[in-house]
Parts: sequence; C-alpha cells; structure tokens
Amino acid sequence: MSEAAYPVRPQRRSEIGEGGIIQWLLVTVAVVFLTSVLLLPLAVVFGEGLRKGWETFFAAFTEPDTLAAVRLTLLVAAIAVPFNIVFGLAASWAISKFEFVGKNLLLTLIDLPFSVSPVISGLVFVLLFGAQGWLGPWLEAHDLKIIFAVPGIVLATVFVTFPFVARELIPLMQAQGTSEEEAALTLGASGWHTFRHVTLPNVKWALLYGVLLCNARAMGEFGAVSVVSGHIRGLTNTMPLQIEILYNEYNFTAAFAVATLLAALALLTLVLKSLLEWRFAGELAATKRH
Amino acid sequence: MAFTLLGRGKTLREASVIPGFGLTLGFALLGLGLIVLIPLAALALRAASIGPAGFIAIASEPRVLAALQLSFGAALIAAGVNAVFGLLVAWVLVRYDFPGKRLLDAAVDLPFALPTAVAGIALAAIYAPNGPLGGLAALLGLKVAFTPAGVVLALIFIGLPFVVRTVQPVLEEVERDIEEASALLGASRLRTVFSVILPHVYPALLTGFALAFARAVGEYGSVIFIAGNIPMVSEIAPLLIVIKLEEFDYAGATVIASLMLSLSFALLFIINALQGWQRKRFGNV
Repeated sequence: MSEAAYPVRPQRRSEIGEGGIIQWLLVTVAVVFLTSVLLLPLAVVFGEGLRKGWETFFAAFTEPDTLAAVRLTLLVAAIAVPFNIVFGLAASWAISKFEFVGKNLLLTLIDLPFSVSPVISGLVFVLLFGAQGWLGPWLEAHDLKIIFAVPGIVLATVFVTFPFVARELIPLMQAQGTSEEEAALTLGASGWHTFRHVTLPNVKWALLYGVLLCNARAMGEFGAVSVVSGHIRGLTNTMPLQIEILYNEYNFTAAFAVATLLAALALLTLVLKSLLEWRFAGELAATKRH
Repeated sequence: MAFTLLGRGKTLREASVIPGFGLTLGFALLGLGLIVLIPLAALALRAASIGPAGFIAIASEPRVLAALQLSFGAALIAAGVNAVFGLLVAWVLVRYDFPGKRLLDAAVDLPFALPTAVAGIALAAIYAPNGPLGGLAALLGLKVAFTPAGVVLALIFIGLPFVVRTVQPVLEEVERDIEEASALLGASRLRTVFSVILPHVYPALLTGFALAFARAVGEYGSVIFIAGNIPMVSEIAPLLIVIKLEEFDYAGATVIASLMLSLSFALLFIINALQGWQRKRFGNV
C-alpha cells in the first residue's frame, strides 16, 4: 500500500527469494522426489493392470470370488459411512454447541483410532468376540458369528474410520459458534428445524469432505479387516483382501486389475477433495490438516 | 458466560438455549464406548491377565524384539527422511510457481487416499529385482525389496503427507516482513532462511515428524508385500501380531500389541504437548 507513496527503487529480487538456479534446483528435487515416491506407484498399478490388454483386465472381474469381494466392500462402506455421518454430526453438535467438563478428553478419545495400528484395531475385536475371546463362548452358544464373518469386518471398519467425519466438522462448527442457532431458536424454530435449515447448510461441504475421506478408508482398509476376516473366499474377502490373495497366488494381472478399481477410487477421492478445497476453502475448517 | 449455580455446586455444563445436548452427547459416548473404548479395554485386560512374568517372557523373545526393533527403527528412519523431503516439498509448494504445481500439491495426499494393499503391491512391483527402480538398484549392487530397506521405502510413502500437510500452513503464515527486515539488516539469504524463517516452522516440522513416525510404526498393508517377511530380518511387529493370531497365540499377540500401543500413546501425548507449545509460541495456528 505504501509503495505508491514513496519513490521506491526497483527492488532486487534476490533479497527475499532464492536465485534462479537454486529455485530451479529445489523445484527439480521436489518434483523428482514426488514423482518417484507418489506418482510412480500409481502409474505402476494401472500399467500392470492393463499390461495384458483389456480382455485379461475385464476377465478378472468375471471371477465370482472377485465379484463377491466388490459386493462385500460396497456393503461394508454402506454401513460404516452412514454410521460415521450420524456419529460425526452428534459428536460435533455436542462438542461445538455446548461447554461441558471433559470436552478435551472426549476430543482426544475420538481421535484415538488414528494412533492405533490397523492390525491392533482388528485384534481388539478378536480378543472380544473370537473363539477364545471374552464373549466367544457366549456367542458360540447362541450360534452368532462376528469374527471371520461380515459383522466383524463392519466393526473393524467402523473402528478405523471412527474419527473421519467428526474431525472435519468439529473445528468448523466451533469456529461458526452458536449465534445463528440461537437466533433461529429465539425466532421459534424447533431444535430439529434449526439443525436442518441452519446448521446443516453451514457445514455441508465439510461434511461431504469428511464422507469422502471416510469412504476411501472404509473401502480400502486392509490391516484391520484382514485380522477379523478369516479370508474365506467369496464370503469374507473385501477387495483389498482379494488383491492380497490374487497376488500371493502369483496372479499378478488379476491382482493389479482389482487394484486399479481401488486406485481409481483414490483418484476420484483426490479430485473431489481438491475441488472442494479450491471452491469452498472458507467453508472447510481443516482442509490442510489430517 | 458464567456457570449456572445449582445449590452449592457448579453444573457440569454451561446453560444454553440450544437443545439436544443429552441426545447428541449420549449417542457420541455410546458409539465411542462400544466401538473404541470397550474393545481397547479388552486388550488392556487381556494383557493384565497374562501377568508380569509371562509378559516379560514373551516381550523378550528374540523374534519379538527383532520385530519391534525393525518397526520402530524403520519408522524412525522413514520419518527422518520425510522430515527433510517433506520440508523441501512444502517449501517449494508454498514459495514457488511452476507448471504442474497444483497437480503435485493434490498428489501429496495420495497416500491418504490409496488403499495400503494397493500401494503395497505397487511398491513391491517397482522395487522387485525385475522392477523399474529395483532393476536400477540391482545394477548398483543394491537389494531393496525383501530387505529392511524395502520396509523403510514403504514407510516413506505412507508418512510423507503428514509432514507436508503439517508444515505447509505454518510456512504460508510466515510474514514476508521479517524476511525483508533480516535482509535489510544484512543477513545473507542462507542465514535468513535458517535463522529467521525455519525456526517458525520447527515445531510444526517436529509434529509432522511425530505423526509420520506414529503412523509408520503401526503400518501393515503397504509394507508386507515389499518386506519379504523374513523372521528376524524383515518381519515387522504388526505382521508378527497377525502370525501369532493365526497360531491362536492370543497372549503373544496381546503382548506385542500392548507394547506397541503404549509407545504410540506416549507419542500421542508428546504430539499434543508439542501442538500446545506451538500454539502458545505462535498464536492460534
């Protein structure tokens, strides 16, 4: 602003920047590093999947076990993601609209699953519901199966995706405060009406953002699901587990063909996520934090 | 915003006209309890029921020690590499303009979005002796896949976004004024960068390092395909848990898991303390 007021000499660029060569060098190192570490694996997935042509590629998806894996993955995500939405909205409403004792502890506990190894996230359910677990004998007596069955896979997936929606919503809703809700309530709107017509429109992009990340993780989770699944072909294999089985059978083309589907999902997730970040940066609180 | 007083004691929450506190908090606590806390408590109880003598006996098995050493050692190296390159990538993305910048910026999040099993088989294909980079390494007489070096590579892939995404926003907020001041006072560019700009970034860098480390310690899917899983050499701790479970050795799995968890929670505590320190030092970042 003040530049117009003073007769300033043209500034030497080098004083607050790097010289052309250093800048070029740093950019080159970063580009080479990112390309070899991040982009090469992605390219290899598509390259290996399509190496033997489209026919072999599509043949991989006529295999009944693979189709069953795709269906199971969709089913698990269809249960885990809605649970995550409801939980995320409830938790962020309680945390952002009220002041209560123990809030920080609650915030820490919600983030807890992020710091638990995926394998341990599966293990805890085996210890609880497995044949030698605390509830194992009772479940067996009532002919209920959780471990090595679909319920266990759903539980493990819900565990690992637990914080996703909540952690996108909480910082945003805290920043937005309570005045709009208070105004709506004072004007006579019901609590539910206020939530639907005031709060939800304010957080819809952050909610979508959280759902995207949650869904990507739910469909791609490997470690936790691997521990509780039992790898029963056609019954308890999700897509990532099917990839492992095909790969271990040296059926590389089929393994990479299934992997391309998940890689395409990851790309779609990234594209939508970047779009949200560019268009609605102000309406996402935690865009740069994960 | 005073607390409402009920008799002599304070209520546990502030008064508010907004409804739904009981319902939403109740649901949040129910979900948290059933899905996260009770299962984790089951692990803690199981670990406690083994008893100290049995616990130490399992924890000091050479194979268990080797696996823990590999998991924590490889995670430490990978997080270190990520701290250096992550800082460089964040710097380049914040400071410079070049073609394809937006694409690379978006690609940084790839390890968050790409399922670990997919990353795992891709990395194994790249670094296998007949793969594009594995072949290159073989020409130099290096073996990457099926060695601890492969484990480190997979962990670098998985941890990179943690460092970049923690450092990036802090680097964006560094004021250009202080750089100009430093330059006008006669500091060389190198000195300005290392004594004026980077000190602002160090707390975030340390947080990113810790996050990448914590993630890498527990990582499973992207590692097991490239590691070769040779006991005592390239077998990571999470894999050993899976092996113990497959042998129905619940006690063994529980001991390794609780060791890993306590170390992770100690880390989480340190990360939180770091973030608190960062906020105190640099305002609400």
